[in-house]
Amino acid sequence: MLEVHDLHASVGEIKILRGINFTVKKGETHAIMGPNGSGKSTFANVLAGRPEYTVTKGEVLLDGKNLLSMEPDVRAREGVFLAMQYPVELPGVRYNQFLKAALDAIREHKGEDQIDIRAFNQLLKEKGDLVEINPDLMRRNVNEGFSGGEKKRSEILQMALLEPHLALLDETDSGLDIDALKTVADGVNRLQDPEKSVILVTHYQRLLNYISPDFVHVLIDGKIAKSGDHKLALELENKGYDWLRETIPPVSETSGESAS
Amino acid sequence: MSKIAASEIAFIEHFDSFNSMMTSTQPNWLNQKRADAFTNYRTNGLPTGRRGNESWKYTDVRDISNTAFANSSEDLITSITEKDLLDSSHLNKNWSTLVFINGVYSSSLSTQNPNDGIQITNIKDALGSHGQIIERHLGKYIAPDDDPFVLLNTAFINDGAFIYIPKGIASQDPIHVIYFSTSETDPTISHPRTLIVTEEFSETTLIESYVGTPKAKYFTNNVTEIVIGEESRVDHYRLLLDNPDSFHIGTTVVHQEKASTFSSTSLQKGAALGRHNLTSTLAAPQSTCNLNGLYMTTGSQHIDNYINIEHIEPHTTSRLYYKGILDGSSRAIFGGTVTVQRGAMKTDAQQKDKNLLLSREAEVDSKPALFIYADDVICGHGATAGHMDDNSVFYMQSRGIDLLTARRMLIKAFASEIIEEVKIDSLREYLEDLFVSFEDELTLLQASSI
Repeated sequence: MLEVHDLHASVGEIKILRGINFTVKKGETHAIMGPNGSGKSTFANVLAGRPEYTVTKGEVLLDGKNLLSMEPDVRAREGVFLAMQYPVELPGVRYNQFLKAALDAIREHKGEDQIDIRAFNQLLKEKGDLVEINPDLMRRNVNEGFSGGEKKRSEILQMALLEPHLALLDETDSGLDIDALKTVADGVNRLQDPEKSVILVTHYQRLLNYISPDFVHVLIDGKIAKSGDHKLALELENKGYDWLRETIPPVSETSGESAS
Repeated sequence: MSKIAASEIAFIEHFDSFNSMMTSTQPNWLNQKRADAFTNYRTNGLPTGRRGNESWKYTDVRDISNTAFANSSEDLITSITEKDLLDSSHLNKNWSTLVFINGVYSSSLSTQNPNDGIQITNIKDALGSHGQIIERHLGKYIAPDDDPFVLLNTAFINDGAFIYIPKGIASQDPIHVIYFSTSETDPTISHPRTLIVTEEFSETTLIESYVGTPKAKYFTNNVTEIVIGEESRVDHYRLLLDNPDSFHIGTTVVHQEKASTFSSTSLQKGAALGRHNLTSTLAAPQSTCNLNGLYMTTGSQHIDNYINIEHIEPHTTSRLYYKGILDGSSRAIFGGTVTVQRGAMKTDAQQKDKNLLLSREAEVDSKPALFIYADDVICGHGATAGHMDDNSVFYMQSRGIDLLTARRMLIKAFASEIIEEVKIDSLREYLEDLFVSFEDELTLLQASSI
C-alpha cells in the first residue's frame, strides 16, 4: 500500500533524509528505530505532509497514488494519520467539534453523509473508553490543559475514531508511564486489521514489548542502515546503535534497496 | 496666519447658531457648561499635531478636521425606517430600545417598556423630569477634562439617552440604545450623550450600538457616562458597527461606588477611523471592573482603544482583556493604562492584549502600562501579537480538515474567548453571525489565497 522510493528531504539547507527506500504492505506493522537526529521523526512527518520539510528527491506512492503531490488534509482523507510527538493545543477549538469536523471531512471524501451528532457523541464515547481517557476532556479545547499522557491517549483516540489505512506513530511512547504505554499499545493493536498498516517511530524498544512489529528498520543519518524482524529491536536494546554506523554503505545517490 | 481646518470653521458656525437656539430651551447650568466647554475646546482645537500629544500619538484625525460637516435636515432624519435599523443592528422587540438618528431622538422607532420606576428616556425630555439628577452627574467624572472631542460633545449637548435605575431594582431585560447615523450629499456629524445613573443594590444591562446607513459619510462623537451606585452592577455592551466610510470617536466614563461591579464588552468592527476612550474609576473599596474587548479590522481601517483604569481606594479589582484580529493594511492601537493611587492597597489588577495579524501589512501598537503608587498590590500586564500558527494549521489539516476551514476555525477560536462570554443569548448569536461576516471578508479565507 505504501511505496517509498529514494526519498530525500531537507529543512532549509539541512539535508535530513538521504535516500529512503521502503515498502509497507496491507496489514503490516513496521517499526522505525534510530538514534536522535537520524531522521525517523522527519520521515513520519514528510509522509504526513508537514510543510516545513522540503522533499528534494524521490517518490512516495499510497495505493499507487502520488502521495507527495497531495495537501496534508487530502492525505488524511486518503487514510494517512500521524499521531504526533508533540500534539498541538488549540485554545478556543472544542475537542468534540474539532473531531466531528475531521470525521465529516473524511466521510465526505468517501462519499458518505455527515455523521449525526448523537451517533458521533456515542462513537466518541466508545473510542474514549478504549483509550481510558477522561470524558471531561472532550468538552474542553483541543489538548488544552491535557497532561503529557492525556495528549498521547488523545492522539490514539483520534486515530481510533478516524480509522486510517496507514497510521504513523511518531514517538507516541515517549514520556508515558507503563499504564499509559499499555493503553496506547492496546489502542494500536485493536486498530490492526488485514487492510490497515502501522508505522511506529520509536527511540526505545519498550513499546515493542506490547506491539509486535512484522519488520524493524534502523534509520541512521537519513538512511535505512539495517532491516530485520522484531529480534532486531532486542539486539538494538543490548548493543545500541553505534555498531551499525560502520555498516552504512558510502553515501551515493544511487544506493540500492536496503529495506522492503 | 494659521490655517483653520474645514471642520473647525464649521464647528464655530454651528456652535453660534446652535447656542442661540438652545439658550431658550435648556436650563442655565447646562448653557453655562456648554459655553465653557466650547471656550476650552477653542483653546487647542482638534489634536491634529500629534507630536508631544501622548494620548493622540498614534491616531491621525486630520481626515476629520479636513471635513466640513453639515447639519442634518429634518427630512433626512425622518427618512430612516425600522428596516434600516434591522439591516444594521440587533433588534430585540422585548427590550426597551432608544433610537437616535444623527443624535436626534426618534420616538416612533423607540420602544419603552420601563417598570419599577426605571427611567429610560431621552435627555431632552429628562431635563424636565429628572433635571436635578442630570445636573448632579453630567460631566462630573470626566478626567482629564481637556479632551477636545469630549469638550465638543459637551458644547453640542442636545440629546441622547438617559437611564435611571432606582435603589434595589434589577432591570429584567437589557436596555438598548441605538445611535444610527446617515447622510445625503454632505457628511454629517452628531454628538450623542448618554447618562446612566444607578442607585445602590441595583442591576442593569446596557447595550450601545453605533450603526449607520451603508456608504453614508458621517462622524459620530459620543460621550457615555455611567455612574454605578453601591453594591450595584452594570453589564455594558458596546458595539461599534459604523459603516466602513465613517468616523467614530467615543468616550465612556465610568464612576464606581463601593462594592460595585462594571463588566464591559466592547466589540469593534466598523468605522474607517474609530477611537474609544474608556475610563473606569474604582472610587470606593471592593469595586471591580472587567473590561473585555474585541477589535476586528480589515482594509485600511484604523481602530484605537485608549483605556484608563484608576484604582483610588483599597481592595479594588480590575481585569482588562482585549483581543484584536487585523487584516489588510489596517492598524490598531491598544493603549491600556492602570494606575494604582497611593491609598489603593490590596489592588488586584491584570491587563492583557492579544493580537492575531492576518497579513504582512497589518500593524498593531500595543502599549500596556502600569503606574503603581501603593504597596501590597498584585498587578500584571502583557501584550502579544503574532501570525496564525503554522503548527496548529498543520495539526488540523493532518486530521482531514481543509486549509480554509482550519484557518476559519482558528480565527473563530481566537475570538471565541470574548464572544462566548456574552451572556445575552440573542446578542451572542447576533455577534457570532457578525463574526462569520467578518471572516467572509478576510483575505486568508478566500479560495484565491491558497
